[in-house]
Amino acid sequence: MFPRPIQQSGTAVQWLYSIALPIALLLWLFPLLGVALTSLRPASDLAQGNYFGMPSGIAWENYVFIFTETPIGRYMLNSLWVTIPTVIGAVSLSLMTGFALAVYGFRANMVVFFMFVAGNFVPFQILMVPVRDMTLQLGMYDTWYGLALFHIAFQTGFCTLFMRNFIKALPFELIEAARVEGVAEWRIFWFIVLPLMRPAIAALSVLVFTFIWNDFFWATVLTQGVDSQPITAGLSSLNGQWIAQWHLVSAGSILAALPPVVMFFMMQKHFIAGLTLGAVK
Amino acid sequence: MANASDMATAAPARQAARQLNQRTLAPWLFLAPGMFMFALYVLWPIAQSITLSFYDWDGLYNQDGAFTGTFVGMGNYAELMADPAFETSLWNNLKWLILYMAALPIGLLIAIFLNQTVRGIRLYKSLFFFPFVISQVVVGLMFAWFYAPNFGLFYLLTEWMTGKGTAVLADPDLVTYGIIAAGLWPQVAYVMILYLTGLNNVAPDQIEAARLDGAKGWRMLWYVVLPQLRPATFIAVIVTVIGALRSFDLVSIMTKGGPFGESRVLSYYMFEKALGEYGFRMGYGAAIAVVLFAIMMIFISGFIWKMWRDETER
Repeated sequence: MFPRPIQQSGTAVQWLYSIALPIALLLWLFPLLGVALTSLRPASDLAQGNYFGMPSGIAWENYVFIFTETPIGRYMLNSLWVTIPTVIGAVSLSLMTGFALAVYGFRANMVVFFMFVAGNFVPFQILMVPVRDMTLQLGMYDTWYGLALFHIAFQTGFCTLFMRNFIKALPFELIEAARVEGVAEWRIFWFIVLPLMRPAIAALSVLVFTFIWNDFFWATVLTQGVDSQPITAGLSSLNGQWIAQWHLVSAGSILAALPPVVMFFMMQKHFIAGLTLGAVK
Repeated sequence: MANASDMATAAPARQAARQLNQRTLAPWLFLAPGMFMFALYVLWPIAQSITLSFYDWDGLYNQDGAFTGTFVGMGNYAELMADPAFETSLWNNLKWLILYMAALPIGLLIAIFLNQTVRGIRLYKSLFFFPFVISQVVVGLMFAWFYAPNFGLFYLLTEWMTGKGTAVLADPDLVTYGIIAAGLWPQVAYVMILYLTGLNNVAPDQIEAARLDGAKGWRMLWYVVLPQLRPATFIAVIVTVIGALRSFDLVSIMTKGGPFGESRVLSYYMFEKALGEYGFRMGYGAAIAVVLFAIMMIFISGFIWKMWRDETER
């Protein structure tokens, strides 16, 4: 193990380490903590210049205010409406593409695979004008499905990479045995491979959820109004209206950050397996 | 009608043939929906953007639905060469690319710091990873608050140290560095988690052997640990390069490219030209996007080349 386990060091070092840990964490999360505290500070404190001293009270009313006086609840629902179909769509498509690329040795296999991988890295801007134009032409501009369809297509690249590597690591004898028995290919996919994919599906679901919930660029390019804008774009436009009302900006930020954070804590193991692409074994 | 003995000999052969046939067709059927979506929304738009970069177009169509753009050849690219805002964006992209690489050593350092087995360490690791889970919009707002003039903590800190507060986001010389620092926060968290996973899998016997040979500290890290962390480093470099060149959210949220356009990067400048307040110059925007794409392609081909080699060697 590297570095040497702290248990093998003297008590002084161990003691130092146990103090350094929380201090480092506090410094590291400082911007987050500051914003979290500001979100609970009464507006009057900020008006009097009391930004960092003792708050005069805990102002839950900041949260009540943004829920009752701004469409933030609506924005969050819009985000869900885009995120959940995207997760389902991208995971389903990539289960199939990943299966095809992992199991069959056809000639164009590598070319198709690397097309998905490369497409996943391109800058969004090279897609922006044509995708926006196409979405407009199809009458899907400013709708949740217009945004979700794009996300499904784009995320399929990343998800294919992951699924393909995952299926490649499964024991191939299972598939060969089924073939000897004369099992049809789609049945092999459905009854043999799919039940083994649960960890991969879980990992990709949390990851794609986080990516799409946090997406800002496509939200600004493909949606416009309160009726379909997701929380990231909504928060940005609210920020324009709340000039220097930091207690509201902070409360909105915390709300926008909450769902992916909860998701991460619930599914930590899967999340990290997904991020490392299963490659850092 | 065929007799029974014929059927008995033909059946296995036919079944084998059908299976082989199925096996050549099956991959394409499984690929079809995913490839269709990917071609429609990713591959085709790339080709369209490249074409569009040779046109002047305001994004509108005639009443009868005809395209209204005019062909200008290399006109957009010629204009880019003389555009000072483009030059600023390009330089800023370079700054992002270089300074973002700091995420690697910092992430590794934090990973080493956290790679212990003391009580509650798992919770510490997850909390250190937090910034990556949060939307960049929120990260941008957090740092805007941190840098805010007059009461932002960073402003107060500089005021206390130098007697004069620095409003980073209003200072044309510092603004890009301020935004990059904000971007590094989640990026370091990402790299850290990659290295933590990597450190977990470093071969203990090699470490012990090196230890018996008297290696420790930096030498151990450099000669024994880092070579074993190469897969993690590879992924960390990829995601950091991509992250640096994709920087859009933070610039948009924190400064909108200002002050005086000094914090623009290519991704933001392209958006500004094509969809911003100053009109819809789709062709010009597409030309900027093509330049960004070309820069990205240099890196993408490098990654793909290495991945291809690893795949075919296996």
